[in-house]
Amino acid sequence: MKVTIDGVEIEVEPGTTIMNAARKVGGDIVPPAMCYYTSLPGSGGKCRACLVKVAQGSTADPRPMPKLVASCCTNVQEGMVVQNITSPEVLETRKGIVEFLLINHPLDCPVCDQAGECDLQNFAFDHGRQQTRYDFERRTFDVINIGEDIKLHMTRCILCYRCTMVADQLTDGREHGILWRGDKSEISTYIQKAVENDFSGNMIDVCPVGALTDKHFRFRNRVWFLNPMDSHRDCKKCSGKVVLWMRGNEVYRITGRKDQYNELKEFICNDCRFENYDVKNWIIEGPREIANESVINSNHYEHGTKALPKELFSKINNEKWENV
Amino acid sequence: MGKKILLEHIDKPGIKSYEVYRQNGGYNSVEKALKEMKPSDIVEEVKKSGLRGRGGAGFPAGMKWSFIDKKSGNPRYLVCNADESEPGTFKDRYLMEFIPHLLIEGMITSSIALESNLGFIYIRGEYKWIKKILEQAISEARAAGWLGHNILGTGYSLELVVHPGAGAYICGEETALLESLEGKRGNPRIKPPFPAVKGLYGNPTVVNNVETIATVPWIINNGGDAYAKIGIGRSTGTKLISACGNINKPGVYEIELGLPVEEFLNSDEYCGGVHNGKMLKAVVAGGSSVPILPAELFLKTKKGESRLMSYESLSDGGFESGTMLGSGGFIVYDEDQCIVRNTWNFSRFYHHESCGQCSPCREGTGWMEKVLHNLESGHGKMSDIDLLWDIQKKIDGNTICPLGDAAAWPVASAIRHFREEFEWHIEYTHEAQKRNYGLLKSTKEFFAASVV
Repeated sequence: MKVTIDGVEIEVEPGTTIMNAARKVGGDIVPPAMCYYTSLPGSGGKCRACLVKVAQGSTADPRPMPKLVASCCTNVQEGMVVQNITSPEVLETRKGIVEFLLINHPLDCPVCDQAGECDLQNFAFDHGRQQTRYDFERRTFDVINIGEDIKLHMTRCILCYRCTMVADQLTDGREHGILWRGDKSEISTYIQKAVENDFSGNMIDVCPVGALTDKHFRFRNRVWFLNPMDSHRDCKKCSGKVVLWMRGNEVYRITGRKDQYNELKEFICNDCRFENYDVKNWIIEGPREIANESVINSNHYEHGTKALPKELFSKINNEKWENV
Repeated sequence: MGKKILLEHIDKPGIKSYEVYRQNGGYNSVEKALKEMKPSDIVEEVKKSGLRGRGGAGFPAGMKWSFIDKKSGNPRYLVCNADESEPGTFKDRYLMEFIPHLLIEGMITSSIALESNLGFIYIRGEYKWIKKILEQAISEARAAGWLGHNILGTGYSLELVVHPGAGAYICGEETALLESLEGKRGNPRIKPPFPAVKGLYGNPTVVNNVETIATVPWIINNGGDAYAKIGIGRSTGTKLISACGNINKPGVYEIELGLPVEEFLNSDEYCGGVHNGKMLKAVVAGGSSVPILPAELFLKTKKGESRLMSYESLSDGGFESGTMLGSGGFIVYDEDQCIVRNTWNFSRFYHHESCGQCSPCREGTGWMEKVLHNLESGHGKMSDIDLLWDIQKKIDGNTICPLGDAAAWPVASAIRHFREEFEWHIEYTHEAQKRNYGLLKSTKEFFAASVV
């Protein structure tokens, strides 16, 4: 099945979404995703960050689609022509989506543990406007514990529903979900019950913002000062393949292995994540390459910036800061 | 007198009860549908009739039925959408309260057409007393042998269940309704797949409005062609309009589609003119989510033709100068009404009812409400109008379900047509707290011209 995304033609399997087709091409034409998560069926469609324009529905029916469509849950058709960054309409809408998402987000990046690996931060940096036009009171919540290992900072939540799907899909028994509706909705557990199952820690990894954080890691270090190391161990519950975030010989935190789109391919269990901070428990494979242009790899290894010629990198940066 | 189809027998005393309803020809269509027709014939008749969904979108009902997947062998469901919560719309309540058997009869015949053995009536939670009326009607119908096992000895079985919602407007959206019916949080699903392929419990499902279903018995009794003769163009048949606002005779009226709006508004048979002899300022023609129109654009299209009560005529001119028939919630505003306040009120409703699933609607509706509240309470800035316009544009068309559009359109149309009133509100804050703006200049000119 042939599709054209931003002028790049690609052959994909029938049943592929536009998002995954674009990811096959890679680069700038990949739509941003705040709520879509490949390994969580049913996710996607909610944040509307990935809206794209379909300029031609298919070869059989070449009419354009009347509205922008969510690329994460729209399947490609033979001969479909998709515009992402080549459509001013899409970029304008995306600007609006950033603004909507940031309305009830505190932008406390300087004290947020997620800073540096935050999807929303990247998204806002790429597509947002410099200033908000929203001058009303924002919603705030108290920080609460859900379970022994996780803190819920509801104020930062952008309601992507990913964590509820982790709780739903990875283990039996639904432990938390969404309360209320509209802009009052919040994620919560079942009346003060703790989230405690063997895979609950993955909520932290799937959270696109800093709403769910690792209690063992909170405020201990910034991610860009740490060295990510691919490591593994024998684990009865999961694959045991993790990333150790280290400084010297000290392990600051343990996460699953995220790909270039900040998604876990394999979920890891809580034993691996929270119980094994001793570096002796792990077999270290080597330094991990952080594939996206995040600040994490900027200080560490040459290959982080190798993909992008230096002149181009500074050019992009200059353009971004021109309007500041 | 226009043709009456749904409300033909509404004035008969005791029509609520099974006996009177039966004496007036009730349930004849079930007999005909079961004994003389094949299910596909019924679908064909409904297709021929040109009946369009009465819930608001106006999608042809026969077409919707023909999409249903009968080959898979999975059970099929018919779900009646009685979650009528659009501000200004109360036609279904009237129908269900006063002539409940019509809906039950429609449910039976429609289920026969879809070869479904289980039907649901998802009724709005606030209509508690109507739930009892419907359940009473169902038990009467069952006692008379129109429901249950082996109806009329034909081997066809059908059960009907009335299920109340819990007070959410969003559950009137068909996929959210199905989620709610399944016992989940009422969040709209992402389409496709459409309910006709994967609906309730993953099985093929048809969701129809109360009025659509209640029309089916008449079409079976009299044929699709007879129905298609009523009305105008592609707007066939009759439509219930629930009229409210500043008119002399608010209420539910059945009109033949194609009736001139001026006649509907002013004739004594229907609304009876604007209350207290005041001037007409604006009209919302089809429930709160359709664009509001000022009097001159409502009575006459941009081309100068008289507007008719039909899907096509009301949407003539697109959103620039037209509106929609929607669900038939006809709200009339006289010269004393404040459009800014009204827009804020609508906006407050959508803010309260947004499900919070997708970001433009969740955050945008609240933002619009707050800005409009500022304008209304005298703290507005001139830039707020453009801001509102920008917010609604970012919501419109970018959400999962039509609630986002429904929240954006009233704001967009109010700014488009009543911008000078918004500006006046900001410029003369103190005066705006004391008195209303009155008629627009263009509306005054229009009425002055029509008097001559």
